[in-house]
Amino acid sequence: MPDLSTNYLGLKLRSPLVASSSPLCKSLDNLCRMEDAGASAIVLHSLFEEQINLEAFELDRWLEPNEGFAEAQSYLPDLTAYNIGPEGYVEHIARAKKSVRIPVIGSLNGVSSGGWIRYARLIEQAGADALELNIYYLPTNPSMSSAQVEMMHTELVEEVRGSIHIPVAVKLGPYFSATPNMMVKLDRAGADALVLFNRFYQPDFDLENLEVVPNLALSNSSELPMRLHWVAILYGQIQADMAITGGVHTAEDVVKAMMAGARVAMMTSALLRHGIDYLAEVRAKLVEWLDAHEYESVSEMQGSMSRRSVADPEAFERANYMRVLSSYV
Amino acid sequence: MPRTKVTIDGNEAAAFVAHKINEVIAIYPITPSSPMGEWSDQWSSEGQPNIWGTVPSVIEMQSEGGAAGALHGALQAGSLATTFTSAQGLLLMIPNMYKIAGELTPTVIHVAARAIAAHALSIFGDHQDVMAVRQTGFGLLASNSVQEVMDLALIAQVVSLESRIPFVHFFDGFRTSHEVAKVEELSVEDLKAMIDDDLVRAHRKRAMSPDRPVLRGTAQNPDVYFQAREAVNSYYRACPTVVQNVMDKFAKLTGRQYHLFDYCGAPDAKRVVIMMGSGADAAQETVEYLNARGENIGLLKVHLYRPFALEQFAEALPKTVERIAVLDRTKESGSIGEPLYLDVVTALREAGRDIPVVGGRYGLSSKEFTPAMVKGVFDELKKAAPKNHFTIGIHDDVTHTSLAFDPQFSTEDPQTVRAMFYGLGADGTVGANKNSIKIIGEETENFAQGYFVYDSKKSGSVTVSHLRFGPRPIRSSYLISRANFVACHQFVFLDHFDMLSSAEQGATFLLNSPYGPDQVWEHLPRSVQDEIIKKKLKFYVVDAYEIAKQTGMGSRINTIMQTCFFAISGVLPREEAIARIKQAIKKTYGKRGESVVQKNFAAVDHTLAHLHAVEVPASASSTFELRRPVPLEAPEFVQNVLAPMISGNGDSLPVSALPVDGTFPTATAQWEKRNIALEIPVWDEKLCIQCGKCVLVCPHAVIRAKIYESGKLTGAPETFKTTPARWREFKELKYTLQVAPEDCTGCSLCVEACPVKDKTEVKRRAINMHDQLSLRESEARNWDFFLKLPELDRTLLSTGQVKDVQILQPLFEFSGACTGCGETPYIKLMSQLFGDRAVIANATGCSSIYGGNLPTTPYAVNPEGRGPTWNNSLFEDNAEFGLGMRLSIDKQTEHARELLRKLAPELGDELASAIFNADQSKEKGISEQRERVAVLKKKLAQMKSPEAGALVPIADMLVKKSVWIIGGDGWAYDIGYGGLDHVLASGRNVNILVLDTEVYSNTGGQMSKSTPRGAVAKFAAGGKPTAKKDLAMLATTYGNVYVARVAMGAGDMHTLKAFLEAEAYDGPSLIIAYSHCIAHGYDMVHGLEQQKNAVNCGHWPLFRFNPELVQLGKNPFVLDSKPPTLPLEKYIYNETRYSMLRHSNPQAAQKLLEEAQADVNTRWKLYEARAAQNGSSAKEPVKETPHA
Repeated sequence: MPDLSTNYLGLKLRSPLVASSSPLCKSLDNLCRMEDAGASAIVLHSLFEEQINLEAFELDRWLEPNEGFAEAQSYLPDLTAYNIGPEGYVEHIARAKKSVRIPVIGSLNGVSSGGWIRYARLIEQAGADALELNIYYLPTNPSMSSAQVEMMHTELVEEVRGSIHIPVAVKLGPYFSATPNMMVKLDRAGADALVLFNRFYQPDFDLENLEVVPNLALSNSSELPMRLHWVAILYGQIQADMAITGGVHTAEDVVKAMMAGARVAMMTSALLRHGIDYLAEVRAKLVEWLDAHEYESVSEMQGSMSRRSVADPEAFERANYMRVLSSYV
Repeated sequence: MPRTKVTIDGNEAAAFVAHKINEVIAIYPITPSSPMGEWSDQWSSEGQPNIWGTVPSVIEMQSEGGAAGALHGALQAGSLATTFTSAQGLLLMIPNMYKIAGELTPTVIHVAARAIAAHALSIFGDHQDVMAVRQTGFGLLASNSVQEVMDLALIAQVVSLESRIPFVHFFDGFRTSHEVAKVEELSVEDLKAMIDDDLVRAHRKRAMSPDRPVLRGTAQNPDVYFQAREAVNSYYRACPTVVQNVMDKFAKLTGRQYHLFDYCGAPDAKRVVIMMGSGADAAQETVEYLNARGENIGLLKVHLYRPFALEQFAEALPKTVERIAVLDRTKESGSIGEPLYLDVVTALREAGRDIPVVGGRYGLSSKEFTPAMVKGVFDELKKAAPKNHFTIGIHDDVTHTSLAFDPQFSTEDPQTVRAMFYGLGADGTVGANKNSIKIIGEETENFAQGYFVYDSKKSGSVTVSHLRFGPRPIRSSYLISRANFVACHQFVFLDHFDMLSSAEQGATFLLNSPYGPDQVWEHLPRSVQDEIIKKKLKFYVVDAYEIAKQTGMGSRINTIMQTCFFAISGVLPREEAIARIKQAIKKTYGKRGESVVQKNFAAVDHTLAHLHAVEVPASASSTFELRRPVPLEAPEFVQNVLAPMISGNGDSLPVSALPVDGTFPTATAQWEKRNIALEIPVWDEKLCIQCGKCVLVCPHAVIRAKIYESGKLTGAPETFKTTPARWREFKELKYTLQVAPEDCTGCSLCVEACPVKDKTEVKRRAINMHDQLSLRESEARNWDFFLKLPELDRTLLSTGQVKDVQILQPLFEFSGACTGCGETPYIKLMSQLFGDRAVIANATGCSSIYGGNLPTTPYAVNPEGRGPTWNNSLFEDNAEFGLGMRLSIDKQTEHARELLRKLAPELGDELASAIFNADQSKEKGISEQRERVAVLKKKLAQMKSPEAGALVPIADMLVKKSVWIIGGDGWAYDIGYGGLDHVLASGRNVNILVLDTEVYSNTGGQMSKSTPRGAVAKFAAGGKPTAKKDLAMLATTYGNVYVARVAMGAGDMHTLKAFLEAEAYDGPSLIIAYSHCIAHGYDMVHGLEQQKNAVNCGHWPLFRFNPELVQLGKNPFVLDSKPPTLPLEKYIYNETRYSMLRHSNPQAAQKLLEEAQADVNTRWKLYEARAAQNGSSAKEPVKETPHA
């Protein structure tokens, strides 16, 4: 039996299989099933500051008396308490910690500096083993430079890092002008891990009704190579751990992630598509693969095919791009 | 231990005590008492116990009659029980009140006293309702102020337990029920100390129990009934002493001493006024003021009105009294005098005191009662022969009952800060002022009082807040007329209201202005400039909307204007005031989320930098004046009677100006240009496909379409738009879609309904919203021109097509309904299709308020002068009311035909036969019949026979009439259900339109039996635990009733077809129309989309049940919806009424969601099975107009 254990965010994990942030994580029952199926850690669904604000503003708007008509000065009873803030999420972390033995990682998507810090502290206080900052930022303002965007990211990581004591992972998208440089900056800003990459749910068009419609497609293994590419390039150049998320669907995908240099491989779409028990299948096949290929542990393969470990680093570089193009017939 | 000081209104004070000392509370909403029930329901749902440690059981009944029945039963079974009500509600309790009193059952009914609907409905306060129950055997105890409400609510209960006489504890609707004042809250210890548990046990011991069975409610015969009725006498005789003893005990506990009759004034007064209710406070203030200036007068305030305590009354009245005026806040037409007057006259007679007494009426329907009026009454008593049966506060130029008084007389305390705030209902002004009163009342030693005046519209409504603060107790139970602070929260009001007439010399004027301190002066009307200069006002401006925009407050400027008030008024030191405001923000909004608190904090912090003093020029320079309330071309009645009401001067109208029987002309809303929309829709004639959907959904009938000959365009304004009509049969004609810019409320439903998208920029529709101000004048000219274009001959149109319906003139327009109202499009559609022959019975509720609330009303007339005729009887009897109309019309039609038959030889058989045999099933047939009847009437005018004379006034009945019975779900599902059921069973040809908002919208969102499971409403603060009643399916069980469930947003053609089928059906028809509502808690702009969701998730399956199909061998039940495609939660959680339960109680929300989804699934199976019956292929869903 090969040793599947790995280290991520300073946590000793029993395998590299991490159940990533998804609506499945809202149920304690599901968390237990993830643990039983072999997940070594769980990243909870994200706490969205924006959603909290929107819900609060909406509730406030409709509970605030209209007071324009003598007979109906309000239309809804204003109750004594609402679970409108982060309390529900915080309670969920606490309950999750009691329900499973594997590490529980909180996930946070903020919109304001104050919000990021306030909610990060609450997640820490609730007992989360680590915090993943889910930076889902889409720069739409053309006057905003890449330097400003990058600074915003690094400052955010510094502020949160300085506010809490649990490990901090940073999950972010692939769209940076100088990805390695950006990752190094985040590493220096105090990120304990980089989670590569967030998937931006790009909207689609409804041609009949001429409407923009949200498009939430699950990932597949074809999305993995881009992530392998960057992890392999970054491996050894930053202190922070790396996790691959997006496109991890099979045991082979997990192996590839490890060989590129990731400490863990995160699965979301595969679980949504095949069910939580699919994790056990992937784990069994991972063991099978390792046995078949005579690997004794996961750790021995981590980074084994990173840019600095392969015989032909050009495979990761522009030369490779030209070769691929010219060979495409 | 000192008691807590709280700043609350009268309703909360009464409910606070009632909830603490009762076990069963049966409630039903009615203004102005509804908040007592709402508080009770909310406190019970939050688990707040009474003084015995158990949470009172609160149940909403189907009517006040039901509440009284439940109260009676609860009492008989041994509980301490109560209810709350007003006006017609109390009248519905009368039968049970006799029973409860006859059985000597202790209870207290708390009443916010209100006017009775007679010539007109009024929600406002007087004593007509309580005077209508003085004969029931209930005791009557009057509270005059908010503090008294709290105190006497307890005293009444204690007295009732001891005396066994049930009590009505009453206080003036609005003036006391809604006045916010600083009072001392009774503690639980106080309540326990006052209530003798032995008396509670005695009450329980008398209760019905099979363990010690008794029998009540016997039927008695002539031999004993009389004696038994007299057997109670000793209890009534003992009662006054019990009351005084309890009042004395209460005084020892709290220091507040009450008497059955509280006298104040000179001990040796010669002139005395006797009265009860809030007006007594204004009278006391006046008596003290005048006595301090050498007068010798007094006031006797009646607390215990029933049982009338003769002995104590005589004792309370000084021996020196030579003249008495008794003031009644009620009206008994045809009586010798009003009740209190008659009682006083009798009491004096029986006490052997021969004092001249005059009686007078005051304050009906919350009519102001001021110190000036009190002085007027005392002045009258000085005269040698004071007028009897007088009125005070109005000008009666018909029967000359009114007393003169000097309106300038004032007793205002100079140490009291008097502030007035003009705001919009939606801008948060009232809420901010309530907060300010709480801050000052609870954080300082000052006394505080707040009272709020509302207008009669539900959209764009104006509020005026009257706030007083000061070191001395405030008894001023009347509006401020001399303010030392006036705030105008909406710049546009300057054009409409002469608000500075109330400002005293040197007062402060705060204006929310888009113009800064250097520019604002030139934008003020001349009269405003004059007043500012003349009165030397200190003038400040703030651009509150800009601050609100910067800080994410949207249109709510409450916190900003409140900050300005504290900063300028100096009521508190500025820093302290800011800190207190922030504390209040935290307290009020904290539970709604930190982000809400932070947003408000930011608004406070940004305000002071934008608050500026204005340097007032020495002279006025403006060249414009206040806007005329109505244009000069308005009819005389509108000019003379309605216009003063519009401009807030209705109080000045004399008796002679008002109709004697409540009859008003229709088509008056067109004259009241409210200009409340910030943005209005603008038509793009190039993109428009002329489908008519925007016209159909417009709640206020401000988007109209006409088809006309191009020659009619002569003289059109330059910006008037026109385009070729896209009708095959009218392709030579022109088409215009026109918006009424000054009547639009800016809801945007039309834009949402537009199916067209610009191919080069999809956000553009064929109708788009634009700034109103820049378009107002030009579009107003276009609107005027449009109105003058001729209406197309109705008979040329196909009323079965939405596209054609847009051309039909709406005869319901510009109502005061909420912006984006979901009800009014249905009424408007009805008026377009059948309005020129419609007779409407309207249940009390939203539709009666926007349909019939003065000053102006929306039912209109066509160019021939025809239009809907409308009446509102009551809440509970509307179906019967409408049936009566049908019976009457049918009877007259029958008689007209009988007379016609007799007169046929003389009239000519051809005409008579044509009238007899006319096919009036289509517009054309009706139009031809009208022409025949016109000929008939001309002929009749030449005839002398009695039959001809009898036929003239009923000849119009030969033209088909359409009877519509309209109301909301509160009426149809609850209070009026018995009558509605009976009318459905009658088989008569009436059309019943239920505007189903799933809640009592008009009274502020209380649960009805239409409220869906899981929705939060008032009286269902924990989410409604039971399913919505399926009224439509119930109605189908009769078999001969046409039934349709419609939702215009989900199927406009389906709705149209249902209206046409219902009206065509010669029998009872019931249309239940989904009506999105502001009470659902989401932006009404999404109302149509949400209607689609309601249908797609199966919550609101569309169907038609047409009994006529049975004759064709078909299944009458046609299911017009497709199977649900949307989970219920995707529909309900778009609305705060559902989502708030997820926040307040997620487990309960989840459980109710699952149950509600099961309701949907079960109902759908039932409907499918019903639609599949008889093996017919009746499933022929209506085809909708295709989108572009």
